[in-house]
Amino acid sequence: MPYPHRRREPDPGGPPAGAGPGEPPGAQHLRWYDEAAGPMVRPYAMTKGRTSPGGHEFDLIALVVSEAGADGGPDGQGLPAGPEQGLILDLCRGDALPVAEIAADLDLPLGVVRVLLGDLLAAGLIRVSLPVPPALLPDEHILQEVVHGLRAL
Amino acid sequence: MDSVRCEPAGPGHPDSPVLALKILVAGGFGVGKTTLVGSVSEIRPLRTEERLTEAGRDVDDTGGVEQKSTTTVAMDFGRITIREGLSVYLFGTPGQDRFWFLWDELARGALGAVVLADTRRLTDCFPAVDFFEHRGIPFVVAVNRFAGTREHTPEEVSRALDLDPDTPVVLCDARTRSSGKRVLIDLVEHAGKVHAARLLADVAPGA
Repeated sequence: MPYPHRRREPDPGGPPAGAGPGEPPGAQHLRWYDEAAGPMVRPYAMTKGRTSPGGHEFDLIALVVSEAGADGGPDGQGLPAGPEQGLILDLCRGDALPVAEIAADLDLPLGVVRVLLGDLLAAGLIRVSLPVPPALLPDEHILQEVVHGLRAL
Repeated sequence: MDSVRCEPAGPGHPDSPVLALKILVAGGFGVGKTTLVGSVSEIRPLRTEERLTEAGRDVDDTGGVEQKSTTTVAMDFGRITIREGLSVYLFGTPGQDRFWFLWDELARGALGAVVLADTRRLTDCFPAVDFFEHRGIPFVVAVNRFAGTREHTPEEVSRALDLDPDTPVVLCDARTRSSGKRVLIDLVEHAGKVHAARLLADVAPGA
């Protein structure tokens, strides 16, 4: 049974949908959101308390792409840590996205995203390419291209 | 991002059809980092949930919150798409001193940095200048001109900061896109020179 996951928006009304049978008491509290403090649930609940991405390092601009056919199944039931990982697979299908962009898109803290990515990598569902250090950039044309691109902004 | 796919950026990276470059925007609190990132790029907040380290523990009063072991830091994060497969990512470093432990990670593999300075509080940018100098990361100092401040020449600022003569100092208005663009262009050109010089030095040591 995957852990209940955070919802950013409070329910517009009606009884909280969480706290079903088998869920921990107080699961509806996961719906709490505070304007100033943000989500009132510990983000690492989503990672089952893990704060380390299983020995992998994910640079902020390391590029993530989903493996062809990677699929978490309905509601992410087939994924190691639940539906957020399905969202990551969807985001990175086709186009590689840097780690920072995934975190910003999903509005999740970087640390949490890294743990989720660690699972996906271990499960063979994503590929990650390391960023190229500036000293090893293929050639100076890249930087010239960047300068031209900036001028054209 | 769904049009023509581009092929690898260069030989040796067949698995990397896209290339991402990282530029940091640093400087004291309230100097205009968010403004600069926002004027040149599509800006979004990026949250990092950091475990409280020993470094942070002195400052973060966790009394009465025994379970608290993480702290949230928000950074500015911007993307400039140069073309399909080539993007520049801007990261506004956290302004508060107690988040210095994040800087090392941010700086790793960075192409270069912009240090924003306010001449009324020039000392605020000293730590950033020190940081990039010590790590050999190419940077430019951009003096954000606030209304009502006396104009300082780049030479004056360079002297006050005791910069390497090769480190560019530019005057800017972080609110305007054209000015922000100019700063980034100066940085990329400077970074290109620095990296090229290092490559040469590697090829011909002692030459």
